[in-house]
Amino acid sequence: MREKSDKSIFYNIDWITVLMYVVLVLMGWANIYAAVYNEEHYIITDISQKYGKQMIWIGTAFLLALIVLIIDENFYTAFAYVIYGLFMLLIIAVPFLGREVKGSRSWFRFGDFGLQPAEFMKFATNLAIAKFLSNQNIKIADYRNTIITLLMLFVPMVIIMKLQNETGLAIVFVAFIFTLYREGLSVNYLLLGFLAAILFILALLVNNIFLFAIIGILCSLSLLFIKRSRTNLFVVALIGIVACGMVKGTSTVYEHLEPHQKIRIDVLLGRGTVDLKKEGYNVNQAKIAIGSGGFLGKGYLQGTQTKYDFVPEQDTDFIFCTVGEEWGFLGSSLVIILQLTLIIRIVFMAERQRSPFSRIYGYGVASVLFFHLTVNIGMTIGLAPVIGIPLPFFSYGGSSLWSFTLLLFIFIKLDSHRLQILR
Amino acid sequence: MNQLGDRKYLIIGVFALVGLMFIARLFYIQVIDDSYKLDANNQAFRYNTEYPVRGYIYDRNNKLLVYNEAAYDLVVLPKNISKTDFDTAGFCELIGITKEVFMKKMKKAVQAPNSPRKESIFEKQLSPEDYASIQEHLYLYRGFSVQSRTLRKYPYKIAAHTLGYIGEADKGVTEKDPYYKEGDYLGISGIEKTYEKVLRGKKGLRIMMVDVHNREKGSYMNGLYDTMAIPGKPLTTTIDAELQQYAEQLMQNKIGSVVAIDPSTGEILAIVTSPTYDPNLLVGRARNKNFAMLSLDSIGKPLFNRSTMASYPPGSTFKLIMSLIGLHEGVLTAGTRYPCARGYPPLGGHPKCHPHPSPLDLNAAIGASCNSYFSYVFKSVIEDKKYHDTYKAYQNWRDIAMSFCLGVKTGSDLANELRGNVPSIKYYDKVFGKGVWKASTVISLGIGQAEMGITPLQNANLVSVIANRGWYFTPHIVKAIDGNSNDTLLNRFKVKHYTNIKDTMAYNTVIRGMAKVVESGTAAALKIEGIPYCAKTGTAQNPHGKDHSVFVCFAPINNPKIAVGILIENAGFGATWAGPIARLMMEKYLKGKITRPDLEKRMLEADLIHKDKLPADAAHH
Repeated sequence: MREKSDKSIFYNIDWITVLMYVVLVLMGWANIYAAVYNEEHYIITDISQKYGKQMIWIGTAFLLALIVLIIDENFYTAFAYVIYGLFMLLIIAVPFLGREVKGSRSWFRFGDFGLQPAEFMKFATNLAIAKFLSNQNIKIADYRNTIITLLMLFVPMVIIMKLQNETGLAIVFVAFIFTLYREGLSVNYLLLGFLAAILFILALLVNNIFLFAIIGILCSLSLLFIKRSRTNLFVVALIGIVACGMVKGTSTVYEHLEPHQKIRIDVLLGRGTVDLKKEGYNVNQAKIAIGSGGFLGKGYLQGTQTKYDFVPEQDTDFIFCTVGEEWGFLGSSLVIILQLTLIIRIVFMAERQRSPFSRIYGYGVASVLFFHLTVNIGMTIGLAPVIGIPLPFFSYGGSSLWSFTLLLFIFIKLDSHRLQILR
Repeated sequence: MNQLGDRKYLIIGVFALVGLMFIARLFYIQVIDDSYKLDANNQAFRYNTEYPVRGYIYDRNNKLLVYNEAAYDLVVLPKNISKTDFDTAGFCELIGITKEVFMKKMKKAVQAPNSPRKESIFEKQLSPEDYASIQEHLYLYRGFSVQSRTLRKYPYKIAAHTLGYIGEADKGVTEKDPYYKEGDYLGISGIEKTYEKVLRGKKGLRIMMVDVHNREKGSYMNGLYDTMAIPGKPLTTTIDAELQQYAEQLMQNKIGSVVAIDPSTGEILAIVTSPTYDPNLLVGRARNKNFAMLSLDSIGKPLFNRSTMASYPPGSTFKLIMSLIGLHEGVLTAGTRYPCARGYPPLGGHPKCHPHPSPLDLNAAIGASCNSYFSYVFKSVIEDKKYHDTYKAYQNWRDIAMSFCLGVKTGSDLANELRGNVPSIKYYDKVFGKGVWKASTVISLGIGQAEMGITPLQNANLVSVIANRGWYFTPHIVKAIDGNSNDTLLNRFKVKHYTNIKDTMAYNTVIRGMAKVVESGTAAALKIEGIPYCAKTGTAQNPHGKDHSVFVCFAPINNPKIAVGILIENAGFGATWAGPIARLMMEKYLKGKITRPDLEKRMLEADLIHKDKLPADAAHH
């Protein structure tokens, strides 16, 4: 069954995907150069500047990709749990061993360079979930398996959020909902989740007393349409109580949030008055930068808002502002289209796998990339809350670039052996 | 499995939908909504205004009357001031203010319409000396900087009213003309106002890019959209600085006005309002204080430009016009005699007259300024049978008077000119009733009294018209702009205006009478050796107090070079005060020297303002 590795490691590689990856990475590099452009160090390879450093990250990422392709594809299936466990240990250890950066203890520093193990938790978790769900005896429809899967997601999520205080990195694990849905997670769960999300938002926007009343009325109305048996009465009452509990719970949780988190939610929901000089500053500046780009943009290196530091974190989480300002509507649409094309291509590639492991892993890749894209760009144009997560392949930073590279190239490697069924 | 495989469509659908949403949103904020572009420019560009140099002003002989001196405004950008290590005490000491003043000024700088992020003026117009000492240490105080501006300086300290002053544009100005920003300087009065657009030049604009810390990052697009400041153009005035200065000295301690015009060109040689003030007082930091001080003088009213803004009864001067109208209408000849009985006999001695021989012919009547005579002339003009109607005759009389620029603005380039008044038929109809009033009702118009009012400028122009025998150029104060006397702005001063009386014979008759005034009449004591001239002394009756001393004259008789009209308030007879001053001015202008130092001394020393304030016994002597 197993093909002998007498063929080149590049055999059957999906070159279109690789090409899109390279294009995105290089575009990101060019935009980092524009974002932190410094006339005194105008050479893009100057490693005292972020663009020089990014060059090193890109170089090593390519090397990493190569290594991923060289390693036998069975390594990833065989060691999925081991890798998951290893990185789990790392993210538990890092708060005690690493150094604090901007209030979060998630970094290992090596001189000028730093690594964030939590970034790598994504591909590790993806591997573990693929491994778990591809087991032929496992059906996700079974609620016990659902719970196990969710636990595999929640444990790293909680560790990253609580121990490392990295909300952005933690929240990404929500993305796996797409994988789970594809693998048979009941639509009812999703619907329930969706309703719950709406309830959460309403709880913050509408006076709770009104919501309680509305829930009560809806429950009473529902009794008109169903058989008024004792069981049904009990279920409806339970649903009403749970819904009211969620509303109250949301409000209570909100009240106990950190002030800066509260403000981020307020900014997104448009609650209260948003001070554009304080909590609303980032988003407002991001919108100004992007909005001022116009249709064609101001031209490369001509952006005033990003180059002159009006936009915070313009090289990392807000890199899209540079794109928007200098390349305009045309350039930013192109980036979105390119990213989405890659993501959708990955979905199609996942669907062509004969092995469930590869398919599940592929969906994980697409889901994670999509989640990053949505939250990152959504936040710069005011459609998502400000959560510090990078734009895949674009944002400055070695950990995220490496992590995305690993995530993607493991899949490319798996895909090159897509004719194999057994893993 | 197949069923599950279909789930990919929903997933792809969600992905594509989010992409579309983002692109739509981007289209809205990048292409449709312009507000972000504005916001971007507002925060990333600093528009640096380059102030042009304001044009200098010269006299007719290229003597510098107004120039600029650098001044320095201390400006503050409050957000740049360090909260932790700003040495307030040291700073206060440096610029010489107390801490309380400092706090007050800082408060002003951060409150609307200012803001911590906006530069505003902290201390206005530092002197060059203060600037030098402050500049040296200013680097210690981040947030403060110095902006250079120009101040007007007046080496001659003359012609304050005519030159006018500049002031800061307020909201009213900026709303009317967007060229100005609040705090910009612009001409408020005088030439500074009328020639504002010429003098101011054009502001330049440099667009600098700034970063989030407000540090300049270089010029936008390499200065593609920058404009250079265009300096204001210099003005050459018609003023003769020497004559102006001399006239101001002669007029000191007297209330009134002198205007001297070159009749052949309409150029104003000197225009004095007294009391006047040193124009340097209304410049710089002391301006508000000085302005208030000058405003306080309620008797002298030094800020009031009498030359163009005060209306006086023309009095005796108008008798010359009355003579011209009589001669022109054919109701008067040089030989016509009218009686005088210390007044106008038909109305029982009103208007009154002073004692003199009677009856008189025209020449003698001009010499004696006989009120009765000119009342007769007025009556004969108004009741002239050829008009069949008193009102038609009155209208004709009024039209002629107005063709001499009475009751109408001369159209000069002096700011804020009063129109004066020659009462209309409508006005009298309203006062007396239609058809009720007649010549005798308004008889004192004939001697330039009643409701008639003219400005000293109109008065001098009147003399010009007579000197020219029937025409005038609009009196004006600027003869060249940027050295060019043919500037289109000056075209209107090159148009000859003829009065309704074009018959030179009538003028010559009147001029003979005026010459006689100097030869043997009331101004006989004021002859100028070698230059026979024409004059008319007078008193303008003043209902509010002592009569005004009036004197008009021009010289030489043929091809006149200077015409002078002078009025001194409450000074009595024309030949006593007004006459000598006019005579001295003409001599100064025509000869360049004074042959009557005694007269000069008396005039320079005369104090007609403060005499009432002297001890009672001294005042009677």
